[in-house]
Amino acid sequence: MDIKLLIEISYFLAAVLFILGLKRMSSPVTARSGIVWAGWGMVLATLVSFLYPQMQNVGLMILAIGLGSVIAYVSAKKVAMTDMPQMIALYNGLGGGAAALIAAVELIRMVGHGHALINTVLLLAVVGAFIGTVALSGSIIAFAKLQGLIRRSWNFNGQNQINLLLFALILLLGAVIVAQGTHSALWLVAGFFVLALVFGVLITLPIGGADMPVVISLFNALTGLAVAFEGFVLGNAAMIIAGTVVGSAGTLLTQLMAKAMNRSLANVLFSGFGSKTSAGSGEAVTGAMKPIEASDVAVMMGYAENVIIIPGYGMAVAQAQHKIWELTKLLQARNVKVKFAIHPVAGRMPGHMNVLLAEAGVPYDLIFDLEEINADFPQSDVTLVIGANDVVNPVARTDPNSPIYGMPILNADKSKNTVVIKRGQGAGFSGVENGLFFADNTRMLYGDGQKMVSELIAQVKEL
Amino acid sequence: MIEGFLALYIFMLAAFTGYEVISKVPVILHTPLMSGSNFVHGIVLVGAMVALGHAQTTLEQAIGFLAVLFAAGNAVGGYVVTERMLEMFKSSKGQ
Repeated sequence: MDIKLLIEISYFLAAVLFILGLKRMSSPVTARSGIVWAGWGMVLATLVSFLYPQMQNVGLMILAIGLGSVIAYVSAKKVAMTDMPQMIALYNGLGGGAAALIAAVELIRMVGHGHALINTVLLLAVVGAFIGTVALSGSIIAFAKLQGLIRRSWNFNGQNQINLLLFALILLLGAVIVAQGTHSALWLVAGFFVLALVFGVLITLPIGGADMPVVISLFNALTGLAVAFEGFVLGNAAMIIAGTVVGSAGTLLTQLMAKAMNRSLANVLFSGFGSKTSAGSGEAVTGAMKPIEASDVAVMMGYAENVIIIPGYGMAVAQAQHKIWELTKLLQARNVKVKFAIHPVAGRMPGHMNVLLAEAGVPYDLIFDLEEINADFPQSDVTLVIGANDVVNPVARTDPNSPIYGMPILNADKSKNTVVIKRGQGAGFSGVENGLFFADNTRMLYGDGQKMVSELIAQVKEL
Repeated sequence: MIEGFLALYIFMLAAFTGYEVISKVPVILHTPLMSGSNFVHGIVLVGAMVALGHAQTTLEQAIGFLAVLFAAGNAVGGYVVTERMLEMFKSSKGQ
């Protein structure tokens, strides 16, 4: 009894620490301590779980924890910040997989030993198993796509119908397992898991790289939900609370992401938009792109009063963030006010660009969100766009025929001068021509991001 | 054991808590936050431990082992990447 009570108290404390930890993560000042608090909650919950009555296989358990921890620790320490989204997807998939496996153990025990479960519990176990399995296989595909292991998207006619059919089949199997209870055949349970795995793969394959942030966020929410459901099955309050908190937080985050792209979640999941390279025609963009030399840009920036830098994922690909910060410091030394404007969907994850800039040493108080900075563009003497394209395309405001119409954008076109660093003349991932590039006050600085910024640094130094 | 409606109440309140806690997070922290919440559902580790601890047949043991392995990977990996990211966020005043 005493041990039971100790376990309950510890789980309660862990749940409190998780919530307070997440709460502290809502400000950059306290965020670091937030994760540490949550970490202690996890350590506490894990340690007391060894004290559960009638625990067997403790040796195996320690081996599994040790092995999993070491592999995860080493990989987590090594991963580059640019590759963070796929790594988070992978860890998330592992959590979903764990939840599904817990359900598997429960279901196998039920079938094998006639260990009956209450109907609601059985139902939750099955639903949790499905969600967790989908999160596992879906996250693995998301990882493979972001890592570049799967390069093409899979789109074919009737894809949604096939997925729907598969979903119906899984529902049917799940219903049969719940209805038959202890009389379910083992192969039925196995088939259920296999189909769920396949389903996770099929729904993730057609989704393009640019939509991955939404998908990762969604799978994160799903894993939380699966953990909560398995928490019901095991009667574990810590799992219910932590899982549900993550489930709802993840849902909110997913909605915010989808909103930033001006698309519904259903549209992200079922339209295959982010994977298409040819898009609607829309109005023809008039004018020509006007090239500029780095030395001229350096003069413009060096003698400016206000400069706004808009970094996109292309900057991270070119690994130019450190150079950008070096340039910023030079400009600041010349009393130029420099701000960074970040679009919510820049990067491969919500807030990814902030992490990449933070890594380069850019203080977070120089970084501004779309809503905070859009009013400042008319006062910007020079707006430098590096590696961003669709998020600064004014066509999103003006052309109802454009596939990106309605997406909130950074109003770079409203600034006094805009300079775009770009490798070539191609369109963005959505395949839409960018009206900004053709605007009268826009100049194009062609070349590799890192090389061009280095050149700007050299030129500004000579002013 | 948590039963019936009590569980439902926990579920509802926890859902609101998650929504409220996250709704005030600035965009700049979205990635660490997602990663942090990813770490929090690593609590699935305690469930996996119970599943393995009560496993009887070899099949159950094997699945339970995998569950603990996965869950530990989720928890540790999630923690380390979140901490690494948050460590980098600095204000100009601090420099």
